[in-house]
Amino acid sequence: MAQTTSPATEATAPGEGVGADGIDGPDGTGKGGRTPSDSASGGETDVVGLGKWRASAFVAPALILVSIFLVFPALWTIYIGITNYRLTGIAARAPEFVGFDNYVRAVGDADFLNSLYLTLIFVLFSAVIGQNVLGFGLAWRLQNVQGWVRGLVQSLVLLAWILPSSIVAFLWIALLDRDSGTLNALLGTPGLAWLIEYPMVSIIVFNIWRGTAFSMLLYSAALASVPPSQLETATLVGASRWQTLRDIVFPHVRGHVLTNTLLISLWTFNDFTPFLITAGGPNDRTEILPVYIYNTAISGGQMGYGAAVSLIMLLINLIIALFYIRLLRERK
Amino acid sequence: MSPREMVGRIGFYTLVALATAFFALPMLWLVSTPFDAQPGLALAIPDPTLGNFSELLDNRYALGSLLNSILLAVGTALLVVAFAATAAYSLSRVRIPGRDVLLYLLLLLSSIVTGTAAMVPIFLLMFELGLIDSRVGVVLVLSGGLLPAAIFILKDFMDSVPKSYEESARVFGASSFQILKDVVVPVIRPGLSTISVWTIVNVWGNFLVPFILLRDADKQPAAVLMRTFYTEGGSPNLELISTFSLLFSVPVIVMYLFVNRKYGFRFYGGIKS
Repeated sequence: MAQTTSPATEATAPGEGVGADGIDGPDGTGKGGRTPSDSASGGETDVVGLGKWRASAFVAPALILVSIFLVFPALWTIYIGITNYRLTGIAARAPEFVGFDNYVRAVGDADFLNSLYLTLIFVLFSAVIGQNVLGFGLAWRLQNVQGWVRGLVQSLVLLAWILPSSIVAFLWIALLDRDSGTLNALLGTPGLAWLIEYPMVSIIVFNIWRGTAFSMLLYSAALASVPPSQLETATLVGASRWQTLRDIVFPHVRGHVLTNTLLISLWTFNDFTPFLITAGGPNDRTEILPVYIYNTAISGGQMGYGAAVSLIMLLINLIIALFYIRLLRERK
Repeated sequence: MSPREMVGRIGFYTLVALATAFFALPMLWLVSTPFDAQPGLALAIPDPTLGNFSELLDNRYALGSLLNSILLAVGTALLVVAFAATAAYSLSRVRIPGRDVLLYLLLLLSSIVTGTAAMVPIFLLMFELGLIDSRVGVVLVLSGGLLPAAIFILKDFMDSVPKSYEESARVFGASSFQILKDVVVPVIRPGLSTISVWTIVNVWGNFLVPFILLRDADKQPAAVLMRTFYTEGGSPNLELISTFSLLFSVPVIVMYLFVNRKYGFRFYGGIKS
C-alpha cells in the first residue's frame, strides 16, 4: 500500500497558509461577495459558495473509502488479535475469544523474538546508519559538483529507488547468484552463496541500495539552505572540511536528520521487498516482521495470531509517526 | 594544483566511481541481458538479438499481466485523483467543523496503517466481502491507502493557490459549478498531474496487495506474475524475465523523466514505487 505515504511535508511546509492569509484581509473582496450560504459556513474562506453541506459531500467519498479500507482494518486488528481466527478448520467457522493468549504466545515465541531482533538489525543498519550516511555523503560531496557527474550519480540512485520491487529483487538475486553471479566474478569468490552464507548482510546492503535516494534528496535540499556566507567565512579562517561540517553545516541540518531518520526507519520497518529476495530464509534467518506476519497469517492461516503481531507492528508505527508529526509541528 | 588538492581530487573521483559502480552494477543486467542471444545470470557483453522478446508472446500470461497493471494503476489513479481533489478543495476553502483534527488523523493514519502492518485485516476483510480475486477489490484497497497522503499533498497545493481567481469569477456572476470547472480545475492541474503520476508509480510497483488478494494468474499484475517466472519449475526462464522486466520498467522510467523535466525532482519528496 502506501509505502510512500508521507507527503514530505518538508517541501510543502513553507507554502502553508500563504493562500489563506494573503488575499482575504486587506481589500475585503472576499466579504464583498458574501451570500447567506457563505456566512453559514464560516464566511470569507468559502469563495466558491459551496456551503457546509456541499463541502461535506465533497469530502465524503474519500472519507468513506479511507474508513472502510484503512481505518476499519486497523481497528479490526484489535478484535481479530484476541480470537483464534483461522482460515481453515473449525476455528474458521466460529472464531473463539481467546483473550490475550496470542500476545502471551508471541512474547514467549522464539520465532517472533528472532523476527523482532532481525527487524531491529535491519532497520538500524540499512536505514538509520546505511541510507542516512550514504545519502548525506552523496548530497554533501555532490552539492558543488555540476554537470554530468552529478546528473549521472543522482539518476542512478533515483532509478534504484523507483524501479518496481519485483524487478530489483530479481536483479539482486542475479547479482548475488552462487554459480554465475556478477559479484562473485568481480570479487573472485566463485561458488560463494551470499544469500545463504550472509543473508542478513545481503538484504541490508540491498536496502541501502534501494532507499538511499530519499535521504540524498532530502539532504540536498537541506544543504542548499546553509547560508553560503557562513561557508565562505569558514574557508577564510582556514577551517578544515570536518570542522566546517561539524560547526556550520550540522547545526543547520540537525532537524532534517531527525525527520529523515524517522521516515526512512518507518518505511524500512514496513518494507516487504526482502521477501522477494529471500522469502525469510534460509531457516528464518531473514524473517523480518513483515515476512513473519505473512508466513504465519496469510501463508500459515493463523489469522488471530498474525493480527496480534500486526497490532504490535501498528503500535510501533504509531510511536514513530507521533514523534515525526510532533517534530514537524515544532518546526512551524 | 598542490599535492594536497591533488589527493583530494583523486579521493573525490574514487568515491564517485565507487558510488556509481555500487548503484549501476545491479541495473546493468536489465539493460544488456534482454538483447543477449545467450542470456545468463552473469553480466556479459550481449551477443545481439531481439529474439528474446518473442518469449513475451509465448507466455500465456505475460502481456495480460501488463494490461492488468495498467488497469490497476489507471483505475486507482482515477479514484484517488477525483476523491482527493474534491476533498482537498473543500478542506482548503471551507472551514468544515473538525477539519484540523481530520487532517491530523489522516496524516497519522497514512503513516501507520501500511499494507504490511494491515495485511491480515485487509485480507480477511476482502475474504469476507467476497472480493478475493477481484481487481476492483485491489483498486479499492490501494485507493484507501493512498488517499490520505494525496489529500494532504493536494490541500497544501490548494492552500498556495490564491483565491482571487475564484473571487473574480464570482464577481462576474459565475455559478459554483462553473467556477469549479472553468477556474479551479485548470489552476490546480499541475497538482492533479503530480498526484496521478505519484499514484500510478506507486500502484505499478506494488507487490504485496495484489499478491495477497489475487490468486488467478489471469488477473495478476506484472509485479506479482514475475515471481512465477523463476520460482516454478526450478531454473528461471531468463529470456522471459529479462525482456519482461525491461518492458515492465519502461513506464516508470518514462514517468521519472517526465517529472524530472517538468518539476525537477523535488516533487514533494515522495514519489516511490
